[in-house]
Amino acid sequence: MVERVHHITDLEELERVAIHGRASLYPERIKILVGMATCGRAAGAEEVLEKVREVVEKQKLPYIVAETGCIGWCSQEPLLDIWVPGRPRVTYGRVTPKQVPDILAALPEAKTDLALAIMTGDDNPLTGRRWDYSNGHGPKVDGLPSYAELPLFRRQLRIVMRNCGILDPASLEEYAARGGYHALWKALWQMQPAEVVREVTASGLRGRGGAGFPTGRKWQAVRDAKGSPKYVICNADEGDPGAYMDRGVLEGDPHSVIEGMIIGGYALGAHEGVIYVREEYPLAVERITAAIHQAERSNLLGDRILGSSHAFRISVAKGAGAFVCGEETALIASIEGRVGEPQPRPPYPAEKGLWGKPTCINNVETWATVPVIVARGSAWFSGIGTERSKGTKVFSLVGSVANTALIEVPMGTTLRDVVEEIGGGVPGGHKVKAVQTGGPSGGCIPAEQLDLPVDYESLNAAGSIMGSGGMIVMDDHTCMVDIAKYFLDFLQDESCGKCFSCRVGTQRMKEIVTKISEGKGTEQDLDVLEDLAWMVAETSLCGLGTSAPNPVLSTLRYFRSEYLAHIRDRTCPAKVCKELISYTIDPVTCNGCGACVSLCTGEAITGEKNKLYTIEQARCTKCGACLESCKFDAVLVN
Amino acid sequence: MPTVESPVLDETIVDKYEERRANLVPILQEIQATYSYLPEPLLRRVSRKLHVPLSDVYQLATFYRCFSLKPRGRHVVQVCLGTACHVRGGPKILDRVETETGTVGLGTSPDMEFVVETVRCLGCCGLAPVMKVDKDVYATLEQSKIKRVLNRYRKKRPAGKDATDG
Repeated sequence: MVERVHHITDLEELERVAIHGRASLYPERIKILVGMATCGRAAGAEEVLEKVREVVEKQKLPYIVAETGCIGWCSQEPLLDIWVPGRPRVTYGRVTPKQVPDILAALPEAKTDLALAIMTGDDNPLTGRRWDYSNGHGPKVDGLPSYAELPLFRRQLRIVMRNCGILDPASLEEYAARGGYHALWKALWQMQPAEVVREVTASGLRGRGGAGFPTGRKWQAVRDAKGSPKYVICNADEGDPGAYMDRGVLEGDPHSVIEGMIIGGYALGAHEGVIYVREEYPLAVERITAAIHQAERSNLLGDRILGSSHAFRISVAKGAGAFVCGEETALIASIEGRVGEPQPRPPYPAEKGLWGKPTCINNVETWATVPVIVARGSAWFSGIGTERSKGTKVFSLVGSVANTALIEVPMGTTLRDVVEEIGGGVPGGHKVKAVQTGGPSGGCIPAEQLDLPVDYESLNAAGSIMGSGGMIVMDDHTCMVDIAKYFLDFLQDESCGKCFSCRVGTQRMKEIVTKISEGKGTEQDLDVLEDLAWMVAETSLCGLGTSAPNPVLSTLRYFRSEYLAHIRDRTCPAKVCKELISYTIDPVTCNGCGACVSLCTGEAITGEKNKLYTIEQARCTKCGACLESCKFDAVLVN
Repeated sequence: MPTVESPVLDETIVDKYEERRANLVPILQEIQATYSYLPEPLLRRVSRKLHVPLSDVYQLATFYRCFSLKPRGRHVVQVCLGTACHVRGGPKILDRVETETGTVGLGTSPDMEFVVETVRCLGCCGLAPVMKVDKDVYATLEQSKIKRVLNRYRKKRPAGKDATDG
């Protein structure tokens, strides 16, 4: 697609751009879209797209082929959408290049091959309008559930992810067609800066990066702070393992973040913004950088934005692989070319931030929410969610769950609804054991508390935190001692080392938990662990240290019996901890197929083909490859 | 282009940046991307050029995970150890990668073909366990797939992949 260059200086021009966008979103011709976010690519989307292009070219089909971001249904990747004019959009899941010719062959009669399709439709909360082709208004596709009927999407309200998986992230026109940059126009031309801050405050929006600080209060502090210039930063250093919503937004809808930041700059009197992105997200860096250049060419960044007197520019800074840089003072240090060590607060970045100037740092999701609040008004936004947690939150629902997905639900939705209804529960008839939220700063919430509403306060009360929104479902195959060890390993590795208590405390805690996982622990160790946990939390400077004990404390609180099993009985109930398990082959079930032999790292499996194999315990490295490769369930874990 | 095999250092990498401390990390990132490590002569030049003490440059180079002071293998294998990958068998994938490449723990393989690293979440949690080889992400891995994936890079074929491995 050749990009038309627009000079958007007024609302009329923005509307003209939007018309182009509508024509490419909903063209008069058949359009094929492939979800090309990082997750889609990992599942093979590039090969699918290539095949689509090949078939279209070879058969000289008059179809448009385009890319989109990720709609969030990770377990169905690669996703392929088909738009036939006059009909709802139809989505196909787990598409392989081999299926592509069949899917395309059914198109000339404007029929879609429904055997492979998974859903239809979409909607747009930014404008509050549902385009006539979508659910409820347009023609339905018989035999195919509509988007809004599926358990995965039924409970969702997609504000932050409004455009992800719908539009081409490289198309400013399509973003405008979905209502994009209209909120910016409204802010610049119909609102005073203080009014924008008031709207954000009244909306009840709280920071989506983890701590949940009221965004309006932060903005007010930056507005009131003396000193200039002022800076606006987007924290896209999404370090929590198990959370990838920021990547999803930057890859799927980069302009939403840019628009939010320009509005923020206007409200706060800042003319410069920095987006700090993890280096581990190369595609996100690429897409946001491209979107910034596009916005610059179109006069949406630079001087006299949309004909107003507001000037704003954005640059991108890449992280260098340090988890602690998600902490705001460490992030600022990193942008300034220093090591990412947190600084004591106050002074808060709102007073003394980047280069010592007043700085407003918000997370990707927070920035992407801002245009919707401006467009729809604070009253609309604060009508969603709970008393103290307003709006929606994106969660990455992963781990042992049928629909692994990026989902966005109103605050206050219960964990049970999220895991069982949206996520479709644990596959294979297993039961939920715990849900881990909040990354390394969070905790494990046991299955008994699944009716917990997901909001900042409830999660804190349960000993976890909202964090950036990772939600890892664990079943009886997960050992809670192992999980505690995993997070301690993470934390002691990522501790910047500034505070002794965090640096050494997390190490000592890891040593103790490791000892327990090896069956060498004592009950006294649990007391020492709790003491250490308290000490680390009380005496560390930044959020990494003060929340570091959470994974240990929450597992001790809810799963003490598992620790005791490791200590008293020297067993790992989940059969995970290597030192406490052994692998054997069941002589009755083993048919001697030999699939396990070539994979055995210790060359511990001996026997004869078509007869019986046995595992020599002394040589076994407990890599578990035999268990994974055996199709007859003959490998036993004891 | 200079590589691990022929480390002809191109000092213009450093010179094209403005003399601002904020450019320190970006310059180091470009050097790392070009040579797959940070050669000492270039660090010295960075220090002189930006008027930053060499000790500060060294501090940055050793603080951030993405920098290496030693030459690394040709292909970077990053095994994800995020939480979702951890509960879905990421550590076993790591063990298998180490066995297949012959590295002892993390680091560069004896044949300089691979450098094995862990990464704290690639953000593909929905398709766990995953690993990245150079720029390609491989999803829903099993131990039995590792050898095939790595062999593709050993043979130095262009980095394409077919969906069946995905």
